[in-house]
Amino acid sequence: MSIAEEEMAELAESPKAPSRLRVVAQRFFRMRQGQIGFVLLALMFVLAFFGPLLGHWSYTDKDFNAFLQPPSGTHWWGTTQTGADVYAITLRGMQKSLIVGLLVGVISTAIAAVVGAFAGYFLGWTDRILMWIVSLLLVLPSFLILAIMSPLFADGAWVLFVVMLALFMWMITSRIIRGMTVSLKEREFIRAAEFMGVSSSKIIFRHIIPNMSSLLIVDATLNVGAAILSETTLSYFGFGIQPPDVSLGSLIADGAKTATYAPWTFWFGAAVLVVLVLAVNLIGDSLRDAFDPTSRRRA
Amino acid sequence: MAGFLIRRLVNYLVLTVVATSLAYMLAASALDPRANYQGRNPPLPPAVIDARLDELNLNNKTPLMERYVTWASGVIHGDFGKTWQGESVNEDLKRRAGVTFRLIIIGLFFGSFLGVAVGAYAAVKQYGWFDRLSTMGSFFILSIPVFVLANVLILLGVWFNGVVGTQIVYVSGEYSAGFEGGFFASLLDRIQHLILPTLSLALPLIAVFSRYQRNMMLDVLGADFIRTAVAKGMTRRAALTKHALRTALIPAATYFAFTFGSLLVGATITEKIFGWHGLGEQLINSINTNDVNTVAAIAFLTALSVLFASLLSDLLTAALDPRVRVS
Repeated sequence: MSIAEEEMAELAESPKAPSRLRVVAQRFFRMRQGQIGFVLLALMFVLAFFGPLLGHWSYTDKDFNAFLQPPSGTHWWGTTQTGADVYAITLRGMQKSLIVGLLVGVISTAIAAVVGAFAGYFLGWTDRILMWIVSLLLVLPSFLILAIMSPLFADGAWVLFVVMLALFMWMITSRIIRGMTVSLKEREFIRAAEFMGVSSSKIIFRHIIPNMSSLLIVDATLNVGAAILSETTLSYFGFGIQPPDVSLGSLIADGAKTATYAPWTFWFGAAVLVVLVLAVNLIGDSLRDAFDPTSRRRA
Repeated sequence: MAGFLIRRLVNYLVLTVVATSLAYMLAASALDPRANYQGRNPPLPPAVIDARLDELNLNNKTPLMERYVTWASGVIHGDFGKTWQGESVNEDLKRRAGVTFRLIIIGLFFGSFLGVAVGAYAAVKQYGWFDRLSTMGSFFILSIPVFVLANVLILLGVWFNGVVGTQIVYVSGEYSAGFEGGFFASLLDRIQHLILPTLSLALPLIAVFSRYQRNMMLDVLGADFIRTAVAKGMTRRAALTKHALRTALIPAATYFAFTFGSLLVGATITEKIFGWHGLGEQLINSINTNDVNTVAAIAFLTALSVLFASLLSDLLTAALDPRVRVS
């Protein structure tokens, strides 16, 4: 939120000068991979949230006249072994994976920003304790911890799953942010704010974190991709989104069992998942280049 | 240098102890071994279940701290307790650790070497066809979750076998059950089983390392010391391999520690899907069967190997970067 406000504030103050937001957006959309990623992700969103309106079946429906049928007029992407419509359940899985991915990406980046900025700004014991927690969480096998906790995610407690997923994804970014904060706090405008008696937490939230917005936006985007990968992997083994709800991971797990003789049960879900992650990664990569044109030469 | 390593080692040990303890407490409170006995037909009397659970230190009526102390005092003596069926966790995991170790070492070897080679070559031939192809390829592979990749490899393997007409690659297990033959025949049999799991483990690694190595190499290629080396008469090839590659490897060595955790997850998925009876497969099975002690033991092994990888990457960095050794 504060990032958008910051951009808006800049826009209002100097209407003549090209805003940073517009410059970045222009650079982003001038890149081929940025365009492809954006279009792909937009299509995925439309498919996931408006596609179900077109289909004749809901994801809970079972067609007892069509078990494991190939794609046809009634079932566009075929049916599964239990007679569920692959089109309907895949789109439902997409919705879930998209929502989980977006939430985790935003939450984990927010944690990384706050922890990293506090550690880097205060240094001393705050820094030591926070960075020790970071090393501890890096050592804890996140896949294992989340899998152990999976019984708690049943009965629609997927929000807890989102929080836990986010809790294991912020560590490396927070180390980077800590390093940036250490150098940023020596700058004149931070010093000036300190001498004017602005409180430390206000300096962190008003000056330090918005100054790293480009890194944070890029990181949040890339984390969305990583979160979708983690979520679907856990769901694949039954440790993530619990039935009766579906995720792309649990769908692919079911599809893989029948993939050799009923390929439609596997390939639609797998393709959608790969395209989704690919689109997010393309956007993240292009955003990084758009924010930092000097990196363009390398990437 | 020795002081630096000892400090790191002590810090790592403390982290391992805390991480394993946390994992045990979490497993002991979230998993429910009692459920394994309650669903039996004919039903077992509650007193019998309690006695059995007490014997295995799995009774959720015992306070968590008490169970933890019993478990921890066993672990200090090298005993990880019993599985919920009453077998020794140590014996079971000892057998499985070898399987996982073989898979990871082979995957890591191919993944890191090929990744670094691909990345370095792509950087040297920047914007050439190889560079473009490898960048696109690695970008694509990084978007494929390992479980999808493994299943696609199985489907491709089955299709390939069908096209060729004979069994070239096997899609399940570590070796053919009851296989009789000489040393080379059984080696070939093992290699046929290894191809697909190794690919599923190594391909993502190659993708990660090649992208990383390419960027590092590009930074180094423009550096003054390479120009100096060529200017004083060194061949370009020697300057690239002796000076550029070594310098560009330092960040990759640091990065190695971070990839190791995801490598373990990758190995877990690969084992489960390809039916290798390793630690990863057992991890998933043990969570499904509420086997607290096995889960905690695997958590310990995971934390230990992540720390070992960090230590190894510290050593590698020290070997590659003289500045670390001096300070």
